[in-house]
Amino acid sequence: MREFTYTNTDPEGIHARPAGILVKRAASYACAVKIAKDGREVDAKRIMGVMSLGVKCGMEITVKCDGEGEDTAAAELEAFFKENL
Amino acid sequence: MKMDGKSVFGGVAMGRLSIYKKNDQVVKRTRVSDTEAEVRRYENASEKAKEQLAALYDKALKEVGESSAAIFEVHQMMLDDLDYQESVTNMIRTQGINAEYALAVTGDNFSEMFAAMDDDYMKARAADVKDISNRVISVLQGIQDTELDSEEPVILVAEDLAPSETVQLDKSLLLSFVTRFGSTNSHTAILARTMNIPALIGVDFSEDIDGHFGIVDGFEGTLYVDPDEETIEKYRKKQEEEKEKARLLQELKGMPNVTKDGREIKLYANIGGVGDVPSVLQNDAAGIGLFRSEFLYLESDTFPTEEEQFNAYRTVVQTMAGKKVIIRTLDIGADKQVDYFNLAHEDNPAMGYRAIRICLEQPDIFKTQLRAIYRASYYGNISIMFPMIISVDEVKRIQEIVDEVKKELDDHGLAYGDVELGIMIETPAAVWITEELAKEVDFFSIGTNDLTQYTLAIDRQNPRLDSFYDAHHPAVLRAIQMTVENGHKGGAWVGICGELGADTALTETFLRMGVDELSVSPSRILAVRAAIRDCDLSK
Repeated sequence: MREFTYTNTDPEGIHARPAGILVKRAASYACAVKIAKDGREVDAKRIMGVMSLGVKCGMEITVKCDGEGEDTAAAELEAFFKENL
Repeated sequence: MKMDGKSVFGGVAMGRLSIYKKNDQVVKRTRVSDTEAEVRRYENASEKAKEQLAALYDKALKEVGESSAAIFEVHQMMLDDLDYQESVTNMIRTQGINAEYALAVTGDNFSEMFAAMDDDYMKARAADVKDISNRVISVLQGIQDTELDSEEPVILVAEDLAPSETVQLDKSLLLSFVTRFGSTNSHTAILARTMNIPALIGVDFSEDIDGHFGIVDGFEGTLYVDPDEETIEKYRKKQEEEKEKARLLQELKGMPNVTKDGREIKLYANIGGVGDVPSVLQNDAAGIGLFRSEFLYLESDTFPTEEEQFNAYRTVVQTMAGKKVIIRTLDIGADKQVDYFNLAHEDNPAMGYRAIRICLEQPDIFKTQLRAIYRASYYGNISIMFPMIISVDEVKRIQEIVDEVKKELDDHGLAYGDVELGIMIETPAAVWITEELAKEVDFFSIGTNDLTQYTLAIDRQNPRLDSFYDAHHPAVLRAIQMTVENGHKGGAWVGICGELGADTALTETFLRMGVDELSVSPSRILAVRAAIRDCDLSK
């Protein structure tokens, strides 16, 4: 399993639209992708769960990739977070 | 009759009130024997609902733009959400109930989850979940979407409006929205702002106002039903004034900032954060003349990281898409205090340890910011300016640090763009040596607020000094003139970014002095443009 932490810098947090972009991206990987915040973990491929985390600007989250192609997924997702969230 | 509510967008609308009636969607719980067939019924209806949402997305994209349309894409993804789907299908399979009922319960459960969140924006999403569930139920029940039942434009009154409902409404028939529920974050509110029509929420109306004449005052947050002649006349006038004002300013959009005799000047906007950028673009500024970077430090409990700063700067330059963005480095101290800087108490902070003085004494803080700015410069057109300069030596020390930062970036293979370097002219000392300073930098930006306070030795926070204060004091105007002349002699262009820049009584004076750029708050852009276009320097 590969994981990284990220602090959200989008002033609006992960609201509906960025959550949508993130879910689409996560769904493109074969491995499982989870996001954890304050001990709660959700499937990054499911939009309701991602939105329910209520990630706001400045909050730290942990992203975990587990399974086929986890190395590539983790590296690409980390870049994706920096670029978009 | 007068009813109070909360305004989500200003303006005045007058017309017939029309109460929006939703299709009655009665969901009954029934038992099904073939649960697999019922699951397929649900899946087909869900597909159909997604097709409708895709069509709505296209319609919204054309009518109200991408940002308002995006919600329909999110709605499609919500219907695709596995947690949501599993909830519906499990209920059908394990309880042997009909798809409609399973959808209604699932919609309620998920919307309760959002309603319970500690975040107003997310609370408002509860309505989205209900909306998508009702959409699938409508498909199952063969109910069509409601249309506006009117030939003439109306003020639409509703309990609440789902985004899919607002977007389907014929926009040419809408004068205003009035709802009992809803929030300032709701899509109805966003749509009202996009469509530029007044809207009220939280209005406790009764059903019998349907068909009556009404006035919406989006400035006061008031709805008048059957108003008297006097009120109607008052609002008719107000509406005319608003229209005229908007028309005049709208006409100026896209027009050059050029005087009658053909002299052009750059007109940029001052911003204090990423959230100000939309208003810069809406008001048609050609760039950002002062990006106060303090917000990054003031909104944080610790020093903002290079990454955080980089993201903020990059977002702004990318949104400005090639237009100039002048970032002023950290101007902390004096009236802007931040705990984690641990600045000692000073008896005279305006003349104390602040701005560039902190940066030169604590180069770590300075270099973090410069690295973030240089990295962001790769994504657009960035310039940097340094506040509170009093000597040529300071500028040389800054240049050394900038060179170190560039070398570090080169060593790490990080790309950056061409960055113009300028200084703020806001101390009388800087004014007197502008001839020397001009040779060292690409531009000057005159900060008239501090320059006035230091020149006149008047603290603007002290109301007892108001009778001594003269915003147009000849000493300040001469300082500006001298800065412009010496700047040009040394090859530096000269702008004004303080409050005087937006003072239309001085616009002609500045033009005659040869000022190259004015940077004003976004809401003042079009007014200053009007003043520029009114000038004739040949007379």
